[in-house]
Amino acid sequence: MNIFDNMEAIYLAIVLAPLTGAIIAGLFGRIVGRNGAHWVTIAGVGIASILSLIAYKHHVFDGAAAYNGAVYTWLSVGNIHFEVGFLVDRLSVTMMVVVTFVSWMIHIYTIGYMHDDLGYQRFFSYMSLFTFFMLMLVMSNNFVQLFFGWEGVGLVSYLLIGFWFKRDKAVFAGLKAFLVNRVGDFGFLLGIAAILMYFNTLDYAEVFQQAPALSTATIEIVAGHDWSLMSFICICLFIGAMGKSAQVPLHVWLPDSMEGPTPISALIHAATMVTAGIFMVARMSPMFELSETALSFVMVIGAVTAISMGLVGLVQNDIKRVIAYSTLSQLGYMTVALGASAYAAAMFHLVTHAFFKALLFLCAGAVIIAMHHEQDMRKMGGLYRYMPITWFTCLIGSLALIGFPGTSGFFSKDAIIEAVYHSNLPVAGFAYYAVLAGVFITALYSFRLFFLTFHGKERLNKHTWEHLHEAPKVITVPLVILAIPSLLAGIFLIGPMLFDGYFMQAIHVASTHDVLAEMGKDYHGVFSFTLHAFKSAPVYLTLAGVVTAWVLYIKFPYMPAILEKRFSLLHKILINKYGFDDFYQVVFARGSREIGRFLWRFGDVRLIDGFFVNGTALTIRWFSSVVRTIQSGYLYDYAFAMILGLLFLLGIFVHGILN
Amino acid sequence: MLMLTDVLVLAAILFCISVAGIFINRKNVIILLMCIELMLLSVNMNFIAFSHFHGDIRGQVFVFFILTVAAAESAIGLAILVVLFRKRKTINVADLDTLKG
Repeated sequence: MNIFDNMEAIYLAIVLAPLTGAIIAGLFGRIVGRNGAHWVTIAGVGIASILSLIAYKHHVFDGAAAYNGAVYTWLSVGNIHFEVGFLVDRLSVTMMVVVTFVSWMIHIYTIGYMHDDLGYQRFFSYMSLFTFFMLMLVMSNNFVQLFFGWEGVGLVSYLLIGFWFKRDKAVFAGLKAFLVNRVGDFGFLLGIAAILMYFNTLDYAEVFQQAPALSTATIEIVAGHDWSLMSFICICLFIGAMGKSAQVPLHVWLPDSMEGPTPISALIHAATMVTAGIFMVARMSPMFELSETALSFVMVIGAVTAISMGLVGLVQNDIKRVIAYSTLSQLGYMTVALGASAYAAAMFHLVTHAFFKALLFLCAGAVIIAMHHEQDMRKMGGLYRYMPITWFTCLIGSLALIGFPGTSGFFSKDAIIEAVYHSNLPVAGFAYYAVLAGVFITALYSFRLFFLTFHGKERLNKHTWEHLHEAPKVITVPLVILAIPSLLAGIFLIGPMLFDGYFMQAIHVASTHDVLAEMGKDYHGVFSFTLHAFKSAPVYLTLAGVVTAWVLYIKFPYMPAILEKRFSLLHKILINKYGFDDFYQVVFARGSREIGRFLWRFGDVRLIDGFFVNGTALTIRWFSSVVRTIQSGYLYDYAFAMILGLLFLLGIFVHGILN
Repeated sequence: MLMLTDVLVLAAILFCISVAGIFINRKNVIILLMCIELMLLSVNMNFIAFSHFHGDIRGQVFVFFILTVAAAESAIGLAILVVLFRKRKTINVADLDTLKG
């Protein structure tokens, strides 16, 4: 019997294996113990990972048709069915492999990183739960399940950012991530609601089939203004992606999320969850292709994020925050690619980025452990002597990140820049220069991090220096395993993924937007692509960035301070991250607290408590105090009242008889 | 010749006196009890008058019942009065205002 005969069972197993692990480690953590918890979750994610590879082989190498089927009908309302179903094609199977593989590596790494943490079982449970939700998200074949996975990963992200819940900053960061994501999700939900309203179905295939017919439909949100329905839906969906994939102006949560443990920063806030937005837009390509407005919007947001967040990364001193800003910037690149209709390039960068960014975070984690939880790069330096494996893998990660020719990041980033160059959207010119400048900035901040951490003068304090050592095997092995795809994935993937119709029907590109086909005409293999790069600007910008970093941080280490003084205004703007945080803090956070205080003081205390509740009691008390005065307590008064009453009734009676 | 109306007028006068006694009296609870007795007697008077003039004996039978009940009632009333006096050291009506709100 062939295992490919029953793919549905395999897909179910892929999803349920991590969930089982999460439940066992989470609910029975006390019983299975620390070792039990990590074995069961690693086994669960490992099964998912291997089965994903089998599914990958099935779809990509054996060329199986996309699987689209419902597993379970959750509920039916009229003609609308809410189903749990899987759509597994080359797009989702690629994501599945990336998610499960990176997650697996990070599970193993976590054994070393969280070694002495009290919440060991809880941590493993959350990570496996995250893998489950992420798989539900990427494998979904309808919008409800997509939203379920979307919210699920958001929830786990919140739980993990606030994992060390005794630290005020972690709790604050978790809440911030949750609230900012709510803003994005609101747009996302509006988009889904609009789809339900106009398409009357939530199934991807049916929606995409109907989409071209509705491409000229309009929607009237504000009276008197007709908006294109497709633009409205796509922009709403993209607002959701902006929240999850941390695009300006909803990016503020991602740097703060670094308060969570490092494996989480690698898994959720670099490699997988934040790319959910990118994946979602690629999945919705048949709809985005119908709206140039939405594509331009996507491209502008991506370009602004790519350049502005990279600049902020230049002035950060916390090793994890530099990588966080780098993630923001790279997500900006992917978004630009989406805007240029180069969905395949965005997915390509997503895959390579998942590997090298996870690698960089894990390296940072190894450094942080070695430094006894010191994250300030100003207190590091010269670590390459003590941590050669970490140093080497971090070098590979950094080279991939800056797009050094031959590494995976080089191919994906160059493809994006090229795609933007070929795009004919009105905003493409701006986006092109933004991503080009971004290349220089990326190289500068990456090697600033690299030099400050591993080279130069040793600025450690004596105590840390004495305990400095290379990380244990359980940490270095995942580093090495992740370094391999970081280095080589590009060479093998670029040709098939970008130019050979790798995604087939999973991604739909209108012929007028097809920048990758345009590029494909000039593509003659990996080698010539690499050679060709030396004729274009990005490579030289990369080298310039590295050299600048070397000059500033190795050759003349006193230079940065001088530059800081010289450009103090610019420095201040960057240190304050363009004021987004302060603005949100003052306007939205304090604003809503003030509204809350007003509603409490006036609405609750005065209106409801004062007027309605206590007011009723007070009125009754006043009325009874008036009425009480006729209650004298003397028997004869009551008797007199009785007599009067009797006379009155008698009067009525007699009156009735007489008439 | 004594007419039915004469007797009824007498009974009504007696009843009014007793009612007036109840709420004009501010001194003594015993007078209150006496007034109630008088009220019952005026009602009895009506019964006897009707019985006599209509030649129906049932009215007089009722009077016996009422007198019995009235006797029992005043016995209870006096007993309560004794307890009240023990408790409050007074039977002055003006002092009994615990019902006041």
